Amino acid sequence: MALRTEELILNVGPQHPSTHGVLRLEVELEGELVVKVKPHIGYLHRCFEKHAEAMTYPQVIPYTDRMDYLASMYNNFGYVIAVEKLMGIEVPERVEYIRVIMGELQRIASHMVALGTYGLDLGAFTPFLYLFRDREKILTMFEMTCGARLLYNYMWVGGLSHDLHPDFVRLAREFIQYFRPNIVELNNLLTYNKIFIERTAHIGILPADTAINYGITGPMLRASGVNWDLRKNDTYSIYNRFDFDIPVGQGHMGTVGDCWDRYYVRVLEMEQSMRILEQALDQLPEGDINSALPKRIKPPVGTVYQRVENPKGELGYFIISDGSLNPFRVKVRGPSFVNLSVINELSRGHLIADLIAILGSIDIVLGEIDR
Amino acid sequence: MKKAEEIFELIKSGFPGVTVELSADMPTEPIISVDPLKVHEICKFLRDNEDCKFDSLMNLSGVDDANGEKIKEEDDSEIIKGGTLSVYYHLHSMSLNHKITLRASAPRENPEVESVDNVWKAADWHEREAYDMCGIKFLNHYDLRRILMPYDWEDGSYPLRKDYKNPEFYNGMKVPY
Repeated sequence: MALRTEELILNVGPQHPSTHGVLRLEVELEGELVVKVKPHIGYLHRCFEKHAEAMTYPQVIPYTDRMDYLASMYNNFGYVIAVEKLMGIEVPERVEYIRVIMGELQRIASHMVALGTYGLDLGAFTPFLYLFRDREKILTMFEMTCGARLLYNYMWVGGLSHDLHPDFVRLAREFIQYFRPNIVELNNLLTYNKIFIERTAHIGILPADTAINYGITGPMLRASGVNWDLRKNDTYSIYNRFDFDIPVGQGHMGTVGDCWDRYYVRVLEMEQSMRILEQALDQLPEGDINSALPKRIKPPVGTVYQRVENPKGELGYFIISDGSLNPFRVKVRGPSFVNLSVINELSRGHLIADLIAILGSIDIVLGEIDR
Repeated sequence: MKKAEEIFELIKSGFPGVTVELSADMPTEPIISVDPLKVHEICKFLRDNEDCKFDSLMNLSGVDDANGEKIKEEDDSEIIKGGTLSVYYHLHSMSLNHKITLRASAPRENPEVESVDNVWKAADWHEREAYDMCGIKFLNHYDLRRILMPYDWEDGSYPLRKDYKNPEFYNGMKVPY
């Protein structure tokens, strides 16, 4: 006679170190195998979109900082170019370059946290410390420029809050020189580590068509083998001036679109960001950063949907203007929000320990999911 | 790559008898308005048609248009009667690289829009969010629950409605603001 078994419901979170914030996963288990994952979100909900309706356009910018707090520069970036598109503002060359420089530094910093904490989730403590040490250098550069280390309010509609510090260009060049060898070190420590590969290869495979249907974007989509990057495919700002490659997942260690691919695409993207940085620093023109700042920010009646390639994927701002000083509606399409929705599909049939590896590879920030 | 006008013509010829409108006077984006109870069919058509191939849903947002009659209450707050709630769909085709914006407006008193979550899985959470925030009911959605607000949030209380009032108490706790 067969033993009668029952499914077990296990709550991972809301307070759990591997959930990267306050997220509850209701996991249905059969023995150690995951049958179903039901994410429950909203623990950090601050109703950003309601706030935005009561604020003037520039007052919304600090709120955007607080969504994806690991990529605040890029949140600013998306919002300001959306409003600029609505108002038809052309910003000076120097501003465009500084925005790209800040954006790419932010991408490296965000990927450092993603990779570091991913190692931490899987039991590798050292790479986390190394990466946070290096991230500190980027945060110092940001702090020199605008006085804040995490939440910057740096990009304004039509300009920037501060010009670059006189030492900035030198420090950025030094950082690139310093960080390139460290990627090799990271690869030796973690990427090609036997234990790490065993934990991540062939785990949580996301096929390309599923990814597109779920609206997955960013490194996660590219890891599934889709050559898609908004900086190239739907270019904005001045990204079409730079020469860089789009790394895609190739299944070096396992299958295309597994956890290892998602991890490795981010490693490769850091190198590509540094290539963009080098070119932008070389071409950086002189000029006044605030010459295009509008006296009054009052866009005409209309709607705009502007999307940018945030470190985590497609960050879209949908703004409806009714011609007043406050936006009528701001809707944010956060990459983490959409990317998390595929977790049930990814983890079905895997072990519960692999669920942690899968969640880490998505690279979520709950501040943006819950907004 | 097709323009919004061409896609509009395609929808119009594909669905005779269904109201579709194109408003291109907006400064930035042309918008195609469609019948909220035909959205599913139209979206499926847009996804599968050889000339459209809209394989990805970039964004789906619920909006309170606040275009009804505004009535002042005794405590100086406003309630809105009549008018519409809208859902905006931002579609994109990865293979043909064109974009389109759809709008489905439903009456405020009975905001029912067809769900498109079996056309694009991406719509699932976005629709739950639009339901949670604006109270738009998506017909045939398999799991229409609140997503960002607590599950026990008061029924019929939707924060992104323009006439939303903060509750005084939540589960017996005072809500300060």
